[in-house]
Amino acid sequence: MRGAGLAVVLLVALVGIFLTWKAVPSLLHNKAPFLTSRVWSPDTNPPRFGIAALLWTTVISSIVAMLLAVPVAVGVALFITQYAPKRLATPVAYVVDLLAAVPSIIFGLWGIAVLGPVLAAPNSGLRQGIENSLGWIPLFSSTGVSAGNVFLASIVLAIMILPIVTALSREVFLQVPRANIEAAQALGATKWETIRMAVLPFGRPGVISASMLGLGRALGETIAVTIILSTPNIGAPFDPSLWAGGETFASKIANAAGEFDTPQKTGAYISAGLVLFVVTFAVNAVARVVISRRKEV
Amino acid sequence: MAKRIDTSGLDVFYGDFKAVEDVSLTVEPRSVTAFIGPSGCGKSTLLRTFNRMHEVVPGGRVAGKVLLDDEDLYAEGVDPVAVRRTVGMVFQRPNPFPTMSIYDNVASGLRLNGVKGRTLLDETVEQSLRRANLWEEVKDRLNKAGSGLSGGQQQRLCIARAIAVEPQVLLMDEPCSALDPISTLAIEDLIFELKNRYTIVIVTHNMQQAARVSDRTAFFTIAGAGKPGRLIEIGDTAEMFSRPSERATEDYITGRFG
Ligand SMILES: Nc1ncnc2c1ncn2[C@@H]1O[C@H](COP(=O)(O)OP(=O)(O)O)[C@@H](O)[C@H]1O
Ligand SMILES: [Mg+2]
Repeated sequence: MRGAGLAVVLLVALVGIFLTWKAVPSLLHNKAPFLTSRVWSPDTNPPRFGIAALLWTTVISSIVAMLLAVPVAVGVALFITQYAPKRLATPVAYVVDLLAAVPSIIFGLWGIAVLGPVLAAPNSGLRQGIENSLGWIPLFSSTGVSAGNVFLASIVLAIMILPIVTALSREVFLQVPRANIEAAQALGATKWETIRMAVLPFGRPGVISASMLGLGRALGETIAVTIILSTPNIGAPFDPSLWAGGETFASKIANAAGEFDTPQKTGAYISAGLVLFVVTFAVNAVARVVISRRKEV
Repeated sequence: MAKRIDTSGLDVFYGDFKAVEDVSLTVEPRSVTAFIGPSGCGKSTLLRTFNRMHEVVPGGRVAGKVLLDDEDLYAEGVDPVAVRRTVGMVFQRPNPFPTMSIYDNVASGLRLNGVKGRTLLDETVEQSLRRANLWEEVKDRLNKAGSGLSGGQQQRLCIARAIAVEPQVLLMDEPCSALDPISTLAIEDLIFELKNRYTIVIVTHNMQQAARVSDRTAFFTIAGAGKPGRLIEIGDTAEMFSRPSERATEDYITGRFG
């Protein structure tokens, strides 16, 4: 076990070192501020590239996906563990687990072919509803809707991370000690009150870490996001709205993967990949810390 | 308001298994009634029918009557949740809510009942902790987690939580079995004080404890594995320990059995 763990750590470290080694020459030649610039022209001389727009779209699409997925996942997990009779709980749990087995390309296709047109249609009730209720948040205000908008990507990502968040939440809700539940019941707590007094407080660290793992997954998801998001035209002003298209780290790299012709250009993309690597790693690390903290108490 | 409990012809089941058979007894208000008997004879099971906690176990059901004063706890339309708000329970292992502070633990039942006013909550929390003989030990750390207390303190915290809502009956299932002798004495003293206000039923496997704290004792036994538990006799504790009317009781309390 220890040896295998060590091997994995070593492998991750090697990947990190390899990426850094490939990225450094390009980063040294880069004439734009890497972390804050939104330009991306890695094959000019000198190259100018920055990750600000990529970071924004990656993080915002994933966070919105998490915000959409977590309440649903917690609701489903509570239904399965607390409310449903066994003969209903088992099939529901099974169906949610089954979602995890659907290849991401299928989710991407569904998003682009089914949900996308619904959301982007000029008279889309769903979109208008969202704009009317949430339009005061700059993120949700729109000047125009891109067919492959970030919000569409977020919904698809939410569905994709739903199984893992549900499964982990279900697990922690099942671990709530009987004694805690009976304490609430004996005080005259209703089902829902028992959930609020005993189940949710006990499950909270687990749900938080499950959400972080889901977030980590959304951050790195490539294929579905790549085929959904409309790439903004080169030179178009950056639009931070959820109704605009955009590019994430993963979709940017995937879209360019066919044209890695010079080490300088490749290095620029690898630099972007490196940032994704660090962000995802950090999110997962936080999730692990939350999990292990709970085990100690 | 302390109330009386009457059961008549009570059978208690786990699915098809009958765990307790034909129990008819009366628990007097403002007194302590002890349930004794060998393990597995259904003391806990019977106790949990008095606040309808028995039903939270899948397949748990009863036949017969349980009256609280004159109200049938199992009559149609009686909400088990409402029953549990008037019949409090203390468990074998102290079970304070681990994520709540000491204060919030005691206040939890009040909040369930919709009490919101800060002064009323403060007063009731203090009063309940005082009645549970815990106030002096925790008054400076009310906002600390209840799980940081010793086992005996946690059990008194659970008692404070149970009495904060002024229950009519207090059920205790071996409340001292996980505690050291000093904590046990503290709880026994507390039970003695509490009986002035509440009807108390305590399950115990400790005969000395039954003799020390209870006014009346009910002795149960079981004919063999897989058979239901039965009530052998119930009566005045002093009487029962000096002159039991049944041979089985005498054998049990003198240690010849169980
Ligand atoms: N949850 C349960 N499901 C099925 N049978 C149970 C359950 N709890 C207790 N029993 C059975 O009911 C009988 C009485 O148990 P219990 O009330 O715990 O006895 P006591 O408290 O007197 O030791 C025992 O035979 C026990 O095995
Ligand atoms: Mg018992």
